[in-house]
Amino acid sequence: MSMRFVKRGEICKKQQVITSIIAVVLSLAASSVFLLALKLNPIEVYGEMIRGALGNKISFRQTVIEAIPLAITGLGIAVAFKMNYSNIGGEGQIIMGAFGAALIALKLPNFSQPFMLLMMFFSGMLFAGIWAVIPGFLRIKWKVSEAITTLMMNYIALKFVAYLQYGPWRDKSALGFPKIANFGENALLPKLFNINIGWLIAIILSIMVYIFLNKSKKGFEILVIGKGENTAKYAGIKIKRTMLQTIIISGVICGIAGVIQAAGVSGTLSVEVSGGVGYTAIIIACLAKHNPYMIGLISFLFAALVQGGSYIQTVYSVPDSVAFIIQAMILFFVLGSEIFINYRVVIRNSYNNKQEKSLVEEVA
Amino acid sequence: MNTKGIKIKNITKIFGKVVANKNVNFEVKPGEIHCLLGENGAGKSTLMSILSGVYTPDNGSIFVDGKRVNFNSPRDSIKHGIGMVYQHFKLVESMTALQNILLGNSKGIFSKTKEKEKEIRGIIDKYGFDVDLNKLVCNMSVGEKENLEILKVVYRGARVLVLDEPTAVFTPQETERLFSVMKKMKEDGCAIIFITHKLDEVMKVADRITILRKGETVATINKDKANPQILTELMVGRKVNLSINSVKSKLGKEILRVKNLKVKGSEGLEAVKGISFSIRAGEVLGVAGITGSGQKELCEAIAGIIPIEDGNIFFENKDITNIDSTKYFEEDIRLSYIPEDRLGMGLIGDMGITDNLLLKNYKKEKGVFLNRKSSYNEANYIIKEFEVKTPGIDYPIRYMSGGNIQKILLGRELNSNPKLIVMAYPVRGLDITTCYAIYDIIIREKQKGSAILFIGEDLDVLMAISDRIMVMYSGEVTGIIEAENTTRESIGLMMMGRKDIGEEYVNEVC
Repeated sequence: MSMRFVKRGEICKKQQVITSIIAVVLSLAASSVFLLALKLNPIEVYGEMIRGALGNKISFRQTVIEAIPLAITGLGIAVAFKMNYSNIGGEGQIIMGAFGAALIALKLPNFSQPFMLLMMFFSGMLFAGIWAVIPGFLRIKWKVSEAITTLMMNYIALKFVAYLQYGPWRDKSALGFPKIANFGENALLPKLFNINIGWLIAIILSIMVYIFLNKSKKGFEILVIGKGENTAKYAGIKIKRTMLQTIIISGVICGIAGVIQAAGVSGTLSVEVSGGVGYTAIIIACLAKHNPYMIGLISFLFAALVQGGSYIQTVYSVPDSVAFIIQAMILFFVLGSEIFINYRVVIRNSYNNKQEKSLVEEVA
Repeated sequence: MNTKGIKIKNITKIFGKVVANKNVNFEVKPGEIHCLLGENGAGKSTLMSILSGVYTPDNGSIFVDGKRVNFNSPRDSIKHGIGMVYQHFKLVESMTALQNILLGNSKGIFSKTKEKEKEIRGIIDKYGFDVDLNKLVCNMSVGEKENLEILKVVYRGARVLVLDEPTAVFTPQETERLFSVMKKMKEDGCAIIFITHKLDEVMKVADRITILRKGETVATINKDKANPQILTELMVGRKVNLSINSVKSKLGKEILRVKNLKVKGSEGLEAVKGISFSIRAGEVLGVAGITGSGQKELCEAIAGIIPIEDGNIFFENKDITNIDSTKYFEEDIRLSYIPEDRLGMGLIGDMGITDNLLLKNYKKEKGVFLNRKSSYNEANYIIKEFEVKTPGIDYPIRYMSGGNIQKILLGRELNSNPKLIVMAYPVRGLDITTCYAIYDIIIREKQKGSAILFIGEDLDVLMAISDRIMVMYSGEVTGIIEAENTTRESIGLMMMGRKDIGEEYVNEVC
């Protein structure tokens, strides 16, 4: 007997949704086995997770706050991935965005709030753009793989901020604690419905990116380049210029997430400012198939998962690895289910010359 | 009953929803050349892959000399004396012919190369192979490589040879040479299965012909009962008009002039080595030549896709050598290029028809936003005008047949009213009916007064459609001749580098 995967011709939306739901259900079932082994009631745990993420105003707000950087960075990454440019550097671009904001907030602390924030955003976007353009230039000029250089740029950014935090920017009034000074009141993001206005920025950006990618000429060119540079050349697209522009846009959007994290959440710059968001956002952008609205939705679900996870830590006093395992399990199944969306499984018995049977066709 | 040879009975093979072979019956006897004829997708290659053990059939059986066999891998098939020569060669380029033959073939510790070489030379002399055993494969022509592949399987003991479209890229002379080898092998008692879609070749060498259509055996007939018309009808399933009614149209002013053009290929070597020609309105200039003689680079240089090393290109007497192709539209250089690689260059497979038309149209609109409306209307027009079969206007075109994809590409390019059309192998891989539909389109465009550069494969078609034929050989032009006053043979000689035949003409043009 042999099993093989056959590529599906067309994929319909309904099938996709059903497959994803089945994947989530299966992942919860698999996690249940693990929870039972820990002598926990899985149904209760899942209930608590939902409560911890969305149960009351405070937890809901916290989930939104977690979702904002994921969504914005996801947008930035989607723009690059749409062009088939693997920007793994979201992390570093977030950090440099936060650095740009901190540079203004700490070194020129006397502006009025609106002008201050404007300057911080401008500076953050500038630094994030520079951070994105370096690997972009290397790729365009010498075909250096961006998957590696963008990743390396992350570490440089991280260590640069660590240097600032432990070195020249160390707050002397923090009693020896290695941290950078807090921003002044005028450098903090205002709140709307008790959440920093980053959520509004995320929504506006989603709409803008959607229009940009789907309705503008530049967006069309990005898509064509992503599908094949030969076709782009044939269609008379200025490939190098468009690529550079797109890479900058991608980096700048990631930088906005960094500014919001610094000015809206932590109120300062630190090595934890990005916290892996740049990597998680890659998964989110891919799961959302680079659709800006889906990126927002999936970011929210993902943030809820993280929030719920940390909530059960305190409720059941279990180590945080339990929450991580559930998160990983869900991701594993959802990402794994992609193969059933794009392929169907054919099992056949080659010795009896029986007709091929396609088993999974009905299920998936 | 004579049970010698190979018999395939009721073979069925299904890939997903596609039935590649359905109850196919086929047999070949020693001392016979049996042609397997059918359009693309008729199931020829699947059937041969089953015979050579690459695929296992879902149903049906194979008999060798009357005994039922089960092939689970190509090894089993070779053991039964079946030798497959694939369309794409499986040779190590950096080794000599001899090394390639002996590769993976030595038993024991010592290779006994001398003895084996003697044996191989015996085979070469016996059948008249065109192989130099000490020549490196990378220095060989396509014809020599084909010879080497056949020699390889014969040396390994094949008595049944399967040749999968060997002549597709041959010059007429190479084809003749191969046929003489095939005939000698046939006389020696070998069985040969010859896959092709060139009808004149079938009529020349076949003893019997089996025709496949849509995965089923339509008929097996003797050569003396066949003629090209009958064979085509059996292949296509209905009557087809196989004539190309080209007419001379009045030549207008000069549209394209290429002067001493030099272009580098993808490997950085000079692919086009200083060629010159011109095309006038209402004229078709055909380009003949072995694949890879610089045709692709020539087209791409004219279309402005790859940079030019030296020389000039004039479009309606305007020097466009240094004009970027992104500016062709603004400069009113109305040039359409139908590239050889349809989905890899001309179109995007993941997009629907509308977006593929947008590829050419989007720059015409003002502003930063896209306007899909006019492309949508144009898409509907093209579907109707060019008889494109599609389930929907936004259906990704990669799932359509090659013919429909090519019609979309042609429709888009011709709809922009080009003055010059550059076509690279526009009928490659298409079924016969579509081929002739496309020939008609070319002739229609010519009558409308377009200048056409037509890179072709089939010399008969090239001679019927073109006004003049330019022959290329390793980046150079070996001659430009009037299509009326030439023969396949002289074009064939020029394709292999003979310059004297068309020389006067070249001088005249420059």
